[in-house]
Amino acid sequence: MLLINCPYCGERPELEFVHGGQAHIARPGNPAECSDQQWAEYLYRRDNIKGVHAERWRHVHGCGRFFNALRDTTSDQFLATYKVGEQPPAQPRKATA
Amino acid sequence: MQRFSGLSLIRRGLTGQRGWQPQWRQAEPKAAYDAIIVGGGGHGLGAAFYLAKEHGLTRVAVLEKGWIGGGNTGRNTTIIRSNYLFDESAALYDHSVQLWESLSQVLNYNVMFSQRGVMMLAHTVHDVQVSQRHVHANRANGVDNEWLTPEEARARCPLLKIDDIRYPVLGAAFQRRGGTARHDAVAWGFARAADALGVDIIENCEVLGIERDAGGAACAVNTTRGVIRAPKIGVSAAGHSSVIMRMAGVDLPIESYPLQALVSEPVKSIFPCVVMSNTIHAYISQSDKGEMVIGAGTDAYTSYTQRGGLHISRHALEAICELFPTLRRLRMLRCWGGIVDVTPDRSPIIAKTPVPGLYVNCGWGTGGFKATPGAAHLLAWTIAHDAPHPINAPFTIERFRDGNLIDEAAAAAVAH
Amino acid sequence: MSHALRTASGGRINRSRTVRFTFDGRELSGFEGDTLASALLANGVHLVGRSFKYHRPRGVLSAGPEEPNALVQIRRDAARVTPNLRATEVELYEGLAAQSQNRWPSLQLDVGAVNSLLSPFIPAGFYYKTFMWPRRAWQWLYEPRIRAAAGLGRAPAQPDPDSYCNRFAHCDVLVVGAGPAGLAAAHAAAESGARVILCEEQPQLGGSLLSEQEPGEALGEGEWLARTIQGLMTHPRVTVLTRTTAFGYFPHNLLGLEQRLTEHLAQPDPRQPRERQWQVRARQVVLATGAIERPLVFPGNDRPGIMLAGAARSYLNRYGVLAGRRAVLVTASDEAYRSALDLHRAGATVAAIIDVRPQASGELAEAARRAGLPVHTATTVIGTSGRLRVKSIRIQKLDAQGRPEAAAERIVCDLVLMSGGHTPSVHLFSQSRGTLHWNEALQAFLPGQSPEKARCAGACRGIFSADAARRDGQSAGALAARDAGLAVGTVISAPRLLETDGAAAPGQLPQPAGRPAAKAFVDWQNDVTSRDLSLAAREGFRSIEHVKRYTTTGMATDQGKTSNLNALGIVARQMGKAIPEVGLTTFRMPYTPVTFGSFAGYSRGELFDPVRTTPIHDWAVRKAAVFEDVGLWKRARYFPRNGESMHAAVTRECRAVRSGCGLFDASTLGKIEVVGKDAVTFMNRLYTNGWTSLAVGRCRYGILLRDDGFIYDDGIVARIAEDRFHVTTTTGGAARVLAMMEDYLQTEWRDLGVWLTSTTEQWAVIAVQGPSARHVLEGLVQDADLSAAALPHMSVAPGRICGVPMRLFRVSFTGELGFEINVPADFGSAVWEAVYEAGQPHGIAPYGTEAMHVLRAEKGYIIVGQDTDGTVTPDDAGLAWAIGTRKPDFLGKRALERPAMRSPDRKQLVGLLSAEPHVVLEEGAQILPDARATPPTRPIGHVTSSYYSATLGRSIALALVRAGRKRMGQTLYVPAANGNLPVQVVSPVFYDPKGSRQNA
Repeated sequence: MLLINCPYCGERPELEFVHGGQAHIARPGNPAECSDQQWAEYLYRRDNIKGVHAERWRHVHGCGRFFNALRDTTSDQFLATYKVGEQPPAQPRKATA
Repeated sequence: MQRFSGLSLIRRGLTGQRGWQPQWRQAEPKAAYDAIIVGGGGHGLGAAFYLAKEHGLTRVAVLEKGWIGGGNTGRNTTIIRSNYLFDESAALYDHSVQLWESLSQVLNYNVMFSQRGVMMLAHTVHDVQVSQRHVHANRANGVDNEWLTPEEARARCPLLKIDDIRYPVLGAAFQRRGGTARHDAVAWGFARAADALGVDIIENCEVLGIERDAGGAACAVNTTRGVIRAPKIGVSAAGHSSVIMRMAGVDLPIESYPLQALVSEPVKSIFPCVVMSNTIHAYISQSDKGEMVIGAGTDAYTSYTQRGGLHISRHALEAICELFPTLRRLRMLRCWGGIVDVTPDRSPIIAKTPVPGLYVNCGWGTGGFKATPGAAHLLAWTIAHDAPHPINAPFTIERFRDGNLIDEAAAAAVAH
Repeated sequence: MSHALRTASGGRINRSRTVRFTFDGRELSGFEGDTLASALLANGVHLVGRSFKYHRPRGVLSAGPEEPNALVQIRRDAARVTPNLRATEVELYEGLAAQSQNRWPSLQLDVGAVNSLLSPFIPAGFYYKTFMWPRRAWQWLYEPRIRAAAGLGRAPAQPDPDSYCNRFAHCDVLVVGAGPAGLAAAHAAAESGARVILCEEQPQLGGSLLSEQEPGEALGEGEWLARTIQGLMTHPRVTVLTRTTAFGYFPHNLLGLEQRLTEHLAQPDPRQPRERQWQVRARQVVLATGAIERPLVFPGNDRPGIMLAGAARSYLNRYGVLAGRRAVLVTASDEAYRSALDLHRAGATVAAIIDVRPQASGELAEAARRAGLPVHTATTVIGTSGRLRVKSIRIQKLDAQGRPEAAAERIVCDLVLMSGGHTPSVHLFSQSRGTLHWNEALQAFLPGQSPEKARCAGACRGIFSADAARRDGQSAGALAARDAGLAVGTVISAPRLLETDGAAAPGQLPQPAGRPAAKAFVDWQNDVTSRDLSLAAREGFRSIEHVKRYTTTGMATDQGKTSNLNALGIVARQMGKAIPEVGLTTFRMPYTPVTFGSFAGYSRGELFDPVRTTPIHDWAVRKAAVFEDVGLWKRARYFPRNGESMHAAVTRECRAVRSGCGLFDASTLGKIEVVGKDAVTFMNRLYTNGWTSLAVGRCRYGILLRDDGFIYDDGIVARIAEDRFHVTTTTGGAARVLAMMEDYLQTEWRDLGVWLTSTTEQWAVIAVQGPSARHVLEGLVQDADLSAAALPHMSVAPGRICGVPMRLFRVSFTGELGFEINVPADFGSAVWEAVYEAGQPHGIAPYGTEAMHVLRAEKGYIIVGQDTDGTVTPDDAGLAWAIGTRKPDFLGKRALERPAMRSPDRKQLVGLLSAEPHVVLEEGAQILPDARATPPTRPIGHVTSSYYSATLGRSIALALVRAGRKRMGQTLYVPAANGNLPVQVVSPVFYDPKGSRQNA
């Protein structure tokens, strides 16, 4: 059970959160202009990075807010959490194993 | 290949079990092969075996980052069944069950395929509807599956508590041909048989890149043990499918999650079949050694750590203790994690890719072990023919673009 | 029975309290403070178990959690039976009943031991090579026999009556292990102001110090121990947990602790939990987990009476038990000489000290020589004798190259002590994903860096001497407090590793050329011998993980605590590699086995999952309703009267609705209040329908898709005000729909001024349905006009009922004139009863979900999740009319344009009528186009809902069928037990297709 630092509430156990998948995937502004391929990529393609990746969490059993996190998927250590709309903080360089 | 049999054991027993050869050679990578399989799990080793045995490709290498069978092949709860809902899935998984039924003999390696039956419990009216739909669909497809009343379920598995629990058992779907097998033996058996047909099994060989020629076709892999060329490259690297395929510029609709399993201390035989409950998330059987083998769910987040959260394994044991209160005094002996590659529709991809000469077998989620021989067989076919077998033809990457999903999860999950 | 081998005095047992117990029915006694193992040894019982595969007689090997042999079954009563407990950890209590395992008919005479004779033919992995012919025989012949032979103890036959509990805790510093390092660490951390939890698996604090002679004269340890324990037990910031094993190290400094609360009591209070599982989140962790002595691998090293040197010393000094009268020590390190010296002092004969090393010149070796103990250096063991107890040991001198030379010598003995040095317990450290590195001098893996906030102290990092460990702990405790953010003064420096504490290289002791005479065990419990490991290496299993899996070494219930390093040494030698090159198998949780029940904790029965009930639930209970589980909710399924069957009750309930009035508890439906200046924009983007044109006071059936185009949820949406919608969802969909709304609102459409509030539990919803519904309500409703003109179908009005404020919906899921009364939940029960009373003259009947399902199916209304399954689009479900085609976008719109979604061959919702009206099709039944089709075949659809309709006097069904709407009137076939049943494809609306009844 991870320990997650909600930017609004502070550190809380994972049980209070739901994971919201990869972060920074914007819904295309004009879906009608997307090709099938582009729409499929929006729906289904995920970076699935082995290393530091940005993901969404929601503090559902707390403040209810969505926020983003940088987490290393090779260690599950969090590097940062930040609010929706903010850019991810600069990452320290990390080699992927 | 030295033939394994009871007689050979006795004969060699008289001389201290000396004289057994290595079950597979410690092969050095050659410069080029006819085909390369990336990933030395059951699926990859099996694909190499079938390439050699059924398609005459013997200049084949299997590249394994660590030790063969060390990924999900050696980390799962070994449940085998084919009672999937959709025609396409049932055909795929039953193809595998049919291969399982003679696999020990084909490989001359006892993989201990035990058709003990798989019972899938229904706890709500909705579960009953979904389960009965499975039973009907399977029967129409020619896949065995039958409906058991709660009392019939308990008669088959006397430890099962069917009432006075939070979610009483309202019935169960039971597939007699389902069961379990010895997971490590599947990797070793395929390795030994493939090796005997000339396949090079190269362990401790990590793939660092996939090279493409001027025409864009895959032509070589760059590894920790040098560049190895081949006109056909099959990727069967569960847990790292995204990572490997990205090396060739292919993006997959896959996310990788931790999945845990655990075993109890061994006890005398008490559990006659496999019992699964999707609703309260419990999967259990007893191994030949006497350990209760229990599957947990995936964690909520993507991870490559091969480790999951304590609350996930706790939840699995809550369900087990609720359904089998006599097992509450047993003790967890080992708990471990794997990485499962999950597609949006929870069905696998066995297909050609946008890159000529590159083939992929991935996305088996939590259910890849049961498909081992089938997936291997179909991947080999697809590589050899540069075209899918009719059974795996629907399992493309493009189905996500076109909307032809084979959505086993959606078909079961939505409650009302 | 007298304690033949109990010393006259000494030890930490209470000699004034005799405790009686039985072993295999034999009545024995020990003292308070004994373990089962020490009490058995005191009674001269060495034979305690049989091994897994060969059923070899086995004795107590250790004095702790690493014990592979002495596994017993403890039976308190018929239900309280626990298999596979280690006698070395079982605390003795009055009346304890222990049984040996894996033997028949008795421990002394075990038929299974025939396997030992067959052992040449059943080496490691033999089962992979045989049992394959004939093919079917595996299933009915071989496997059942293997299964019958496998397993150790027996699982209980009755449900476990005991309870288990859980606790979460936080602390600044968690210290694992209360030996000298752990005690000092806890003390130093607490003194630095840290909140400390100290956990120790044993009943007493002290760790290795408990096995020293009292008082620990040399170092003043006895006094220090007492003082420190006293200080910790009374310290306000320290929580001391004994009988508590830290079994797992999870991400972000979460540790799992298992506290055994009643297992040591003769008569536990049945209300008291048996175990408590702690989940401790610690700012800092100090691992002071000690070290485990390594056995030596030599032929015949598994006979009862052969044990670890340190264990014998524990039994002597801690429990006052002489494990034998004539001992031989086999060692490769100085430390083990202490055992020989202590036994000698206690009156045992030390027949020989066999030291594998060329020289033994340390202080302890000199002390042994001074005491007159015969020390044989450069000597190996080549065999032992004795069936149920060791009788002698055979030794042979080693030459300068370490090869056995000269003649073998036989030494008579009844006890063999062995020590290959100590293996630091790095289990938890490794679980934290800390790196390990090989220390050549200590011949051990030592902890390096952990990614977690953890540090190691004492023997678990190679600081073996008690005094140094104490200083190491003191340093680690203070540093942990400092890193936890507390102001800490000067910290003493940690002691340096003493490389002279070295040990023998793991592996087998040197043996004469040729085949060794007897098995040399590496993994005692699983019967893995050095020969098995060599076989695995010969067969090409080069990874240590392969060797482990092929031979099962290290996979027994002790998880290789005594065997892993020796196995590694043997494999490394066979492969000509150094040990660190071969690597180490992964350490996995749990450190020692943990009871399933304690993981489940409180989560059982009613507490397995929360139960949600509506305000009307108790009324339904009083009316003997039969409930069904829907998500967490209990919903009334039907209300049987006078022993009615479900069919009879449902028929009656449906008739009441169609002919008079029915009353239905719809409170479980999800309800979300969507409010704000942009509420209509939000709804337009979310739902398929157009909402701009929906007037205040009107309702509309809304469909919510996922962005992949498939139906996610549906429900009635009412516009309460220009900026306010009352959205209803399915019962199961409430939480996920709100989550989806929040997701889009918070992350995609952050510019919208909208607030979302779940009101599911704020409103009780009472559906009053039937031709008499208006009459029933007329007398109860105030401030609302119930007339069709004022409140037409699909409208909503505020008002009061029974004096309570309400939102009154004019909606129908039955096809009849219908109202859904929403009142604040606290008034739900009272209003319900008032409506029920008012309805009596109209024959009002409460109806449950089953009748509701029939009634809606007669009208062709779908249930999301039953008639749809996550692969169904609105058009598939015949709901294309609910799509706002003029809207530029809504969730799922783009996905519906994909080729497969527009295929004319998609499954579409239709009605089915079976040719025989009384035959109710099975839900889930498949649909075939051809009367003669037989399996295997590909169905073209399936039945989603199927009922007997009393109203229509026949069965009806809804189905999803490929291109179903083009098949109207066709005959299709549904396979059933007695052949393919013909069915006719019809419209899914079976009753009142014009809707005149609901508009009444």
